[in-house]
Amino acid sequence: MNILNILEEIEKVDGEVYERLSPRRAAMKQFYNMGSKVAVAAVPLALGSMFKKAYGQTTSGVIDVLNFALTLEYLEYYFYQQGAATAGLIPVGTPAVAAINTIRDHELAHVNLLKSAITASGGTPVSFTAANFDYTAKNNFPTVFTNYQTFLAVAQAFEDTGVRAYKGQAPALMSSPSVLQTALQIHSVEARHASHIRQMRKTLAGGGQTNMKPWITGANDSGIGAAVDAVYKGEDNVTQAGINIPSLGVSTNAATESFDEFLVKADVLAIASLFIKS
Amino acid sequence: MKNFQQEEQEVLQKESGIFTASLQRRSFLQYAGAGAAGIALIAAGCKKDNQSSDDGVNLGSGDIGILNYAYALEQLEAAFYAAVIQTPYANIPANELALLTDIRDHELAHREFFKKALGTNAIPGLEVNFSGINFTQRDSVLATAKAFEDLGVAAYNGAGRLIKSADYLVLAGKIVSVEARHAALIRDLISNGTFADSTVIDANGLDLAYTPSKVLSMAQAFVKTKINGSNLPS
Repeated sequence: MNILNILEEIEKVDGEVYERLSPRRAAMKQFYNMGSKVAVAAVPLALGSMFKKAYGQTTSGVIDVLNFALTLEYLEYYFYQQGAATAGLIPVGTPAVAAINTIRDHELAHVNLLKSAITASGGTPVSFTAANFDYTAKNNFPTVFTNYQTFLAVAQAFEDTGVRAYKGQAPALMSSPSVLQTALQIHSVEARHASHIRQMRKTLAGGGQTNMKPWITGANDSGIGAAVDAVYKGEDNVTQAGINIPSLGVSTNAATESFDEFLVKADVLAIASLFIKS
Repeated sequence: MKNFQQEEQEVLQKESGIFTASLQRRSFLQYAGAGAAGIALIAAGCKKDNQSSDDGVNLGSGDIGILNYAYALEQLEAAFYAAVIQTPYANIPANELALLTDIRDHELAHREFFKKALGTNAIPGLEVNFSGINFTQRDSVLATAKAFEDLGVAAYNGAGRLIKSADYLVLAGKIVSVEARHAALIRDLISNGTFADSTVIDANGLDLAYTPSKVLSMAQAFVKTKINGSNLPS
């Protein structure tokens, strides 16, 4: 039995098998080492495990990611929907009204798109109503719908979290290229939202966050305090793919700003769960 | 029985694109060895290397090709913002100068990151063509910045599905959201509230995603060096 012949056969059908395996070079090496040692009977099992690594998640894995994204989109949509509907919260006659409506409409479009994508894939979309959410986050933000500054601060936390959440799930969608692309197309919209909300907070009449930038500087530049530390955890990273970014000739601040970091699903869910009634 | 380690080496060499048109110099040298026959092969190979030739700079294939594609776009953006900051437009407000300086630094970080990450596989520096931009005028500078940033977002969004390595995909993701933050800011500087208007976001709430060939044809107007993306995955 020659495993390499099998790989060559697969290559005829899937010319990219080696590239699929490439990020898992260590796995490949491990496998080769193991192949020379283990009993022949164990090889099919090992092979199956290697291909699982190479081809990634199953459809159910993709649906899980989509439902995770749908949960976040519901969280955002009902937040903006409630904010926009609260009289006296968003200053009437300012560009903020249109901006919040634009973002709300995008979040609703994302909800609807994800719902239909999940259904089309044979999955069952998660379902939330406004009543499922507590936007005070268990009284961490008691004035979220009465104080415009608090409302925008929470909005920024949601948008920056959304960007990190989609980023973290991209590898789990590699087995479905069109789903991956759709997720990326949502991801950059969330980043545009984050950029605008940050600008809104900077220029807020009667006390803006004057140092706020459209991009994330260091760990937790929100001006909200420790309540959102989890949202910005690790954003002060200055090393990408083993390369120290400041050594390339930019400041530490610029190094952290120029790369947005991802969050793993568990960290995102820990943040979201603060806002979901149990 | 074959030596598995040796087999792996062969697989990895194959993987790095040695049999494709875009021969990478380092692996080529390794493969060709140092003999006289090797020299002849190198001479033949270099014509198809990613150096300038009649066919332009060849980005290469596979993930290396996509990284070079990103490197080419970051070179363009970095050169543009460097010029913007070197001679800022007339009466530039301090706030705008600070924001554009930040963006210059981000694009410089992206460009130098790709250069270093690609190492010997990196394409050479591209010669830009900014003759159509009036750097003394705010309108001209910001309109160009908007075009570059929206194009950058669309380029990364469209390239994600072509990337085979999860690590590279995440890296592209780390950069594209920063480009989207830039795009939104530039658009708001031009006209507040246009950060994500219907010229870029469709009815499903989705941003643009362009194929490399579309992006390269749009970017070529600003680059003198001919960029050849014919070996990129599609």
